[in-house]
Amino acid sequence: MIVVVGAGPAGIAAALRAQECGARVTVIDDNPSPGGQIWRGESTNTWVERFRNSGIPILAGTRVIAADAAAHTLLLETDENSREIRYEKLILATGSRELFLPFPGWTLPGVFGAGGLQALAKSGLPVSGKRVVIGGTGPLLLAVGAYLRQHGAEVKLIAEQANIQSLAGFAPELLRHPRKVWQGASLQWAIAGVPYRTGCWVESAEGRGRVERVTIRSGRDGFPTSSSWTEDCDYAAIGYGLVPNRELEWSLGENPPDVYIARTGEMEFSFVEGEIAGLTAAGYAERAVLLHPKREKAGAFAAALDTTFTLREELKHLPAPETFVCRCEDVTCERLRPFDSFRAAKLHTRCGMGPCQGRVCEPAASFLFGWPAASDEGRSPRPPVFPARIESLLPVTKG
Amino acid sequence: MITLRLNGRALSFPDGITVAVALLQSGQLTFRTSVSGEPRSAVCGMGVCFECRVTIDGKPHSRSCQTLIREGMEIRA
Repeated sequence: MIVVVGAGPAGIAAALRAQECGARVTVIDDNPSPGGQIWRGESTNTWVERFRNSGIPILAGTRVIAADAAAHTLLLETDENSREIRYEKLILATGSRELFLPFPGWTLPGVFGAGGLQALAKSGLPVSGKRVVIGGTGPLLLAVGAYLRQHGAEVKLIAEQANIQSLAGFAPELLRHPRKVWQGASLQWAIAGVPYRTGCWVESAEGRGRVERVTIRSGRDGFPTSSSWTEDCDYAAIGYGLVPNRELEWSLGENPPDVYIARTGEMEFSFVEGEIAGLTAAGYAERAVLLHPKREKAGAFAAALDTTFTLREELKHLPAPETFVCRCEDVTCERLRPFDSFRAAKLHTRCGMGPCQGRVCEPAASFLFGWPAASDEGRSPRPPVFPARIESLLPVTKG
Repeated sequence: MITLRLNGRALSFPDGITVAVALLQSGQLTFRTSVSGEPRSAVCGMGVCFECRVTIDGKPHSRSCQTLIREGMEIRA
């Protein structure tokens, strides 16, 4: 049996392709229903519908808390119980999370991720009449702005940290992808009248017990920062791009047998990666090869996105000494600064030892302090890769 | 509609929403208190950051953003 972890675009593509080849497939997903973040709450989406109609079993609301590469097993946990599942082939399509960068006030209630507020809205949060400031970087900000606007929010500003020159450099890449230009145009229509400002970022959030206003800083590369102003808001939605969820992959060790990884990120890239993983796992590598040009094209676009939306240096100086970087354990920026790696900081300060297991603070701190990336440092997370109940782990300790 | 109890108060919400959304809809923006005593709310909306932890049917540290509401659910936040 092929087990697919993740039911976003990559996982759905992988599962459908593998089934098409005659394989028996099961999908596991942490979210309450399939679709991942991009198609969250979209039961009418063509692919989500096709997946539902495929008859492929899905274990939704299920976390993979440990994996045994040698035994080919995964340990699963739901809110009610836990169980082990055996795979012949394993496809990891675990998607991405947002990169959050600390700044004074970022822990105030009402400061969400950009994709975070969109995910909540897709899960049923009414945003009608809410004043929202969107900030961070990347095309997601535009998509979030359009979505919130369509649902009645008053989007006061989209603050894109990249400067106009790098966005202009991105234009030729967009022209090579006509469909994306069209998407861009329809997005533009949806956010017509929303101020989209480049070269600026949310410097701080203020309010009593919740966000009431944010301060925006506008800067020019190579010049001292120029000006700042405040915007009143009910919600701030701030995200600095995507970080792939690789914890499960790392926990499987080096080159685990029969494991296929669909790298994810930008939607079309994720989808084709999923298709390739699905076909390959099902034993049709020669059909997967035919998709390589499609992947190269999608990959080139994703790479162009990365260079366009490179994070600016000023963002490293956003947190004040007393700003928390680790939100689980409330570890301040000042306490982390002396260390030269995440591991050292973790051992001395409890940074990253809370329930998110460093998913939020590790990428943030690595950016702030220039620490080596987890993969370079040779760290492999030990189980459980998600916080788990003691009774769920008992079979592991027995083994 | 689904009726649940939020901090002992009976409230009704449309079916299919998450516990986090129910809390926000009820007007409660603060979900928990951090280890140093700060109020915290949901952030990532996708089950990663664990800021939206609440107690659901007696189970502490449940992620409200990944849990759909159910009839008779008991939420403490």
